[in-house]
Amino acid sequence: MAGAGTTPDDPYIGRGFVRADGPAKVTGAALYVDDVRPRGCLYGATVRSPVARGRLKGLRRDPDFDWTDVVIATAADVPGENVIALMTDDQPVLAHDELRHVTEPVALVAAPTRDRALAAARHVEVLYEALEPLFDPLKAADNPIRIFGDDNIFSRLEMVHGDGLDGMAQAEAAGARLVRGSYAVGLQEQLYIEPQGMIAQPREDGGLTIFGSMQCPYYIVKALKRVLGHDRLNVVQAVTGGGFGGKEEYPSMVAAHAAVLALKTGRPIKLIYRRDEDLQATTKRHPAFMTYTTAVDPASGRILAADVDLLFDGGAYNTLSPVVLSRAILHALGPYAVPHARLNARMVATHTPPNGAFRGFGAPQVMFAAERHLDRVARAMGFDPVALRRTNLYRDGDVTPSGQRLFDVASLEVLDRALAAAEAPLPPSMVATRPGGGQAAGRRKAGRGLAIAWHGCGFTGNGEAALAGEADVSIDGHHVLIHTASTDIGQGTDSIFPAIVADVLGVDVQRVHNAPHDTADVPDSGPTVASRTAMVVGRVVEQAAHSLLDALRAEAQWPGAEDADFDTLLERRPSDAPLRVRARYEDAGAEWDPETYRGDAYPTYGWSCVVVDVEVDTDTGEVLYRRLVQATDVGKALNPVLAAGQLEGGALQGLGYATSEAVVLDDRGAMRNNRLTNYIIPTALDAPPMETILVEYPFAGGPFGAKGIGEIPHDVPAPAVAAAIEDATGAVLDRLPMTPEAVLDALEARETPAETPGAAR
Amino acid sequence: MKIQFELNGAPTAVEATPMARLLDVLREDLRLTGTKEGCGEGECGACTVLIDGRAINSCLVPVVQVRGAKVQTVEGLARDGRLHPVQQAFVDHGGAQCGICTPGFVVAAAELLARDPQPDAITIREALAGNLCRCTGYQKIIDSVARTLSGDEEAAR
Amino acid sequence: MMTSAAPVHTPADLADALALRAAHPAAWLLAGGTDIMVYLEAHAIDPPAFIDLWGLPELRGVDSRGDHIRVGACADYTTLIDDPAVRAHLPPLVEAARTVGARQIQNRGTIGGNIANASPAGDTMPVLLALDAVLELQSAARGLRAVPLADFYTGYKRTVMAPDELIAAVRIPKPAKADRLHFRKVGTRLAQSISKVVLGGRLRLDGDTVTEARLGWGSVAATPVRSPKAEAALVGQALSPSTIEAAVAALDGDITPIDDVRSTAGYRVRVAGRILRSWLESLRG
Repeated sequence: MAGAGTTPDDPYIGRGFVRADGPAKVTGAALYVDDVRPRGCLYGATVRSPVARGRLKGLRRDPDFDWTDVVIATAADVPGENVIALMTDDQPVLAHDELRHVTEPVALVAAPTRDRALAAARHVEVLYEALEPLFDPLKAADNPIRIFGDDNIFSRLEMVHGDGLDGMAQAEAAGARLVRGSYAVGLQEQLYIEPQGMIAQPREDGGLTIFGSMQCPYYIVKALKRVLGHDRLNVVQAVTGGGFGGKEEYPSMVAAHAAVLALKTGRPIKLIYRRDEDLQATTKRHPAFMTYTTAVDPASGRILAADVDLLFDGGAYNTLSPVVLSRAILHALGPYAVPHARLNARMVATHTPPNGAFRGFGAPQVMFAAERHLDRVARAMGFDPVALRRTNLYRDGDVTPSGQRLFDVASLEVLDRALAAAEAPLPPSMVATRPGGGQAAGRRKAGRGLAIAWHGCGFTGNGEAALAGEADVSIDGHHVLIHTASTDIGQGTDSIFPAIVADVLGVDVQRVHNAPHDTADVPDSGPTVASRTAMVVGRVVEQAAHSLLDALRAEAQWPGAEDADFDTLLERRPSDAPLRVRARYEDAGAEWDPETYRGDAYPTYGWSCVVVDVEVDTDTGEVLYRRLVQATDVGKALNPVLAAGQLEGGALQGLGYATSEAVVLDDRGAMRNNRLTNYIIPTALDAPPMETILVEYPFAGGPFGAKGIGEIPHDVPAPAVAAAIEDATGAVLDRLPMTPEAVLDALEARETPAETPGAAR
Repeated sequence: MKIQFELNGAPTAVEATPMARLLDVLREDLRLTGTKEGCGEGECGACTVLIDGRAINSCLVPVVQVRGAKVQTVEGLARDGRLHPVQQAFVDHGGAQCGICTPGFVVAAAELLARDPQPDAITIREALAGNLCRCTGYQKIIDSVARTLSGDEEAAR
Repeated sequence: MMTSAAPVHTPADLADALALRAAHPAAWLLAGGTDIMVYLEAHAIDPPAFIDLWGLPELRGVDSRGDHIRVGACADYTTLIDDPAVRAHLPPLVEAARTVGARQIQNRGTIGGNIANASPAGDTMPVLLALDAVLELQSAARGLRAVPLADFYTGYKRTVMAPDELIAAVRIPKPAKADRLHFRKVGTRLAQSISKVVLGGRLRLDGDTVTEARLGWGSVAATPVRSPKAEAALVGQALSPSTIEAAVAALDGDITPIDDVRSTAGYRVRVAGRILRSWLESLRG
C-alpha cells in the first residue's frame, strides 16, 4: 500500500495508508507504561480521602501490618509547591489541611511489589474531622459552605448578541411564540481502556524522567517544575491506550505522585491505577443544567431570539473548568443563526471529585440541550423537525453570537447527505440483529432521529496565537525525523504527520519517522486536545517540512538547487552536519476579545449530521441501536480510514452518553458503579452498524485543508437518539442518560392521559 | 509451585503461586506483555488468550489450571515473521487505534475464524462482545475480521 | 493484581474430590474461576484453600438420557450452547447461556459454578427453575442426593449444600411437546451484562387451558425464585386477558426486588409484570 514514493499525482494524503504503529499494536510489541519495568523499580499506590469534606487530622498505620519494606510520603514530602499547576493553584498534590472530595489523594506508599503497595495503602487510615459537604450544584452559588472563592463560582460568562433580551421582547411583541425548556445531563467517564499510569525515574543529574500514559507532555513539565522546585526533568510519552481528554490534565497528578515517591526513595517508581480507583478518582465530563427560551416566528419557524442559562458542576477543584464553560457558551445555540441572544453561564464548585476534560469539552452538553430544544419547538408549534432545522441552520455569511461571520458552511450538505444515505437500505453485509435475548417483537417500536452539530476546531479565540505551538523536522541520514509534543493516543497522529511530511518532501513515508515524544527533544507543540492536533500542529509540521527544503536549498551552492528535489538536495549536501528546522504557528490574524467574547471564536468549524435508527422495547424502556449514519465535514480527510474510525468511535461514545453511561454516586459523592461490569459502555453487540460520509469543505489554515475532527462526533448522537425514541414512542426525554428506567418512566408518563403533549398543534 | 504448560508452541515451566492469575504470570514472570490488563474482572477482554484453542480472559484463570494446557498469546499468532491473517487485516482496515484492546481482539477473532472462517457481521459481533473498545465504535474491527483473507487469498497477495 | 496465597488441592478423580471436600470443609470449590477470581481481585473473599474441579472429566459431560438431560456441573456454557441435545430440547437454556458474559466467559464459566455461586442475578437459573431442574449433590459420606433447584437456595448466597458436598450434575427434564418455553433477560446491555430482571417460563397448555405453569425469576429477590402466586393464578385457567392480568397482579406478592447499582425496585416490579404479560399474550396467538 505504501508505494515506492510519492509524486504530486500519487500523494499519501487522502489515501487510507496504514498506520505506522499498526504492526506493533496487533502483535503486542507496542510498549505501554505497564509493560515497562525499570531495574530496581518500586510500585506506588495512593491513599485517598474516605470523606467528601473534612479536616485532615493525620494518618494511622495499622500496627499489625508489616511496614518494613514500605515507604510512605505525605504533603510534607513534596519538595516544591504542593500544587498541581493548571489554571488556578487550588488543587494540591496531596491534601494537607482540608479534604475536599472523596478519593482526594492524601498520602502515597511505595513497596517492592504491586501487591505489597496496594496492601500497604489499604492499611493506612486517614484520620479526619468530618465537615458538612455541599453536593447540589443548584445550591452551590453563594452557599455558606465555601469551596472556592467567596461564592463557589469557578467562572462566569455572559454574552449578548444583537439586541439581547430586547430582541426577545421585540420578537414577542411582533407575534413570536416563546418556547421554554430545561435540559440536564449527568457525569460521563472517558473510559480509556488503559488505566492511568506513570513511571518516575531518577536521573543522574538529580532530576527525573517521567514516562507514561498521557496526552500533553508539556502540561506535566509545567506542573512538575513547581512540584519539584526545579526544571531538571523530561517527560516521555509511552504508547497510550486511549485518552479522550481523561489524559489531558489528570496525568500531571499521577506524575507528581510518582515523582514525590521517586525522590523520597531514590528509586524508579511505577504507579498504575486499578480500574476501580481510576473510575472513582479521575475526572469526568461535567454535569450540566440548561434552560433555553426561544422566540420563534410561527409562520416561518425562524428563531428570532434566545435566552440561555447554563449551570455546570465543576466538582471540588477548578482544573480546566473555565475553558469547558467557554466552549459550552460559544456552542450553546447549536448550528443555528439567531439574531438576538443573551447567554449566561456559570461553573460552580461542589464537594465531588473534580470534573475535567472529555472529548467535546462542554459542547456535547449544550448540543444535547440545543437540539432537544429545537425538537421541543417543533413539537409545540407543529413544525417538522428536519424542516425547522433547515430553516434555521447557519449558511454562508451568517454571524455567530460572538460576531464571527461564517464561510464555507457545510451545514446543509451534511444534513442532505446523511438523510440521503439513511434512506438507502442498510447493506445486507452490515445487518446486525441481536441474537437471543427474547424481546417480544410486538413490543418493540422503531424510530428514527436526527441531530446536527457544529464544533469549533482548535483553541478558542487567540489561544493558538498565544501558545504559538512549534514543531521541528530534522535530517537523520537518509531519513527524516519529526519532533513534536503532539501525542498519538489512538487517533493516528504518529501516522498523519509522517504522511504530511512525506508528501511535502516527495519521499516514501517509510523514511519519515516521529522522534519519541520526549520533552528533552521536542518543542512545545501545545497539548493534544481541542480538535487541534492534525489541523493546527499538522499545519506547523507541513511548514517545517517546507522550511527543511528551504534550508537544504539555502546551503546548496550549486546552480539549479532551487528547483531540485529533496533527494537530490540530500545527496549533494555540502556536509553531513546535523540539520534541524523549526516552524511555529502563524497567527492568521484572528480578532478576539476575551473580555467581551466578541470576535472570531474559532479558526473554523466542523459540521456533522447523525441519523440514528432505534427500536424501543416498550415493556422495558431498552433502546436498541439498529443503524447510525453520519455525514461530517472534515475539511480534508488526511486519511479516510483513520478519519472514519475516529468519527465512528466518537459516535459510539455519544451513544453510550445517550442511554447507558450513568455514573451513580453514593452519599459521599463516590462513584458506586466503579467497575466495568456496572459502568456500562457499549459492546460490539450494542453498537449499531455505522456508515460514515466524509464531507470535505477545506479549511485554508489546515494542512491540505484539514479540519479538526476529534470531538464533533461525540456532540451529535445523544440528541439524535432522544429524537428517535420520541419518533418511535412519543416519549419525550430531556435528560441524559436515557436509561431504560428513565425511558420507561417517560413511556408511562405518556400512557397517562392527563398530560397532553405538543399543545399547539 | 512449578507449573508446566505449552506456551506459544514451546514447553514452558514457571515457578508460581497456584492462584496467581495467568495474566500476571505471562506479563510479569514470562515478560510477555502483549496480553493487556484493562479491568481485572473479565469484562474488557484485553487479556484474552487461547487456552486449548478457546478464548479465555487470562485475568480470571489461576495459573494452576493451565498445567498441561496449550496456551497461546498474541505473541504466538504471527508465524515465521508473517502476521496472522487477522492481524494483517486489523493493520489494513483500521482495526487498531490506541491499540490497548487490540491484542485481545485479534486473539478472540483468531478463535472465531478457526471455527468459522467466513463469519457474517452478527456472528463477528457476538464473538467479539467480550472485548471492549473505546476508540473505534467497532465498525472497523468488524470490517477487519470480515475482510480477513483466507489462507489461499493470503498466499496470492 | 492481588494474588491469593491459598493452596490449591487438585483431585485426581471425583472420589478424590469428595474425599478432599470432606477433609477441607472450609476450602472453596474452584471450577471455571469466573466468579472466584473476581471476588479475589476485589478482596471480597479470603478462602484458606481451594479444591480445583476444572480438570475432572466426570463432571464435564452432557448426556441425553431418556426423559432428561444430565449436565455435568463443570460443563461450560459454550459446551451447552453447542450441544445438539440441549439445542433440540432446551432452546431457552441455550438462549440464556448465550447471554452469560460473552464468549470468553462462556468458554470458562460452568453451570454448576454459577448455581453454587448463588447470585440472585444468575442468567440461567430462572430457566432451570422453569424446567424443574434437579441438582445431584454428592458427598463421600452419604453419596448422591437429588435436590430440586427450587429447594436449593435458602437465602442470599445461602444454599442447602452441606460442607462436604459438591454439585455433581444438573438433571433437566425434557419439556413436553405442549410446553411453551420462554427466556427473557433485561440487562444493562446486550453482552457482558448483569441482569436487571430475568424471566424463564414454561407453560403447559391443553387447548387454551393452562395445566402447568413454571415461572423462574432472577434479580427480583435475594435468590433466584419461582413465583408460586402467579403460577397458581394461571393453572386451571383459560389463558384469557383476565387470567393474564390476574397472574401479573399476583406476581407482586411473589417478588421482593431491591434498589441497587444496576436498577431500582420500582423498575424491576413494573418490568417483571410487563415482560410476563407480553409473553403470556404472545401465547394467545
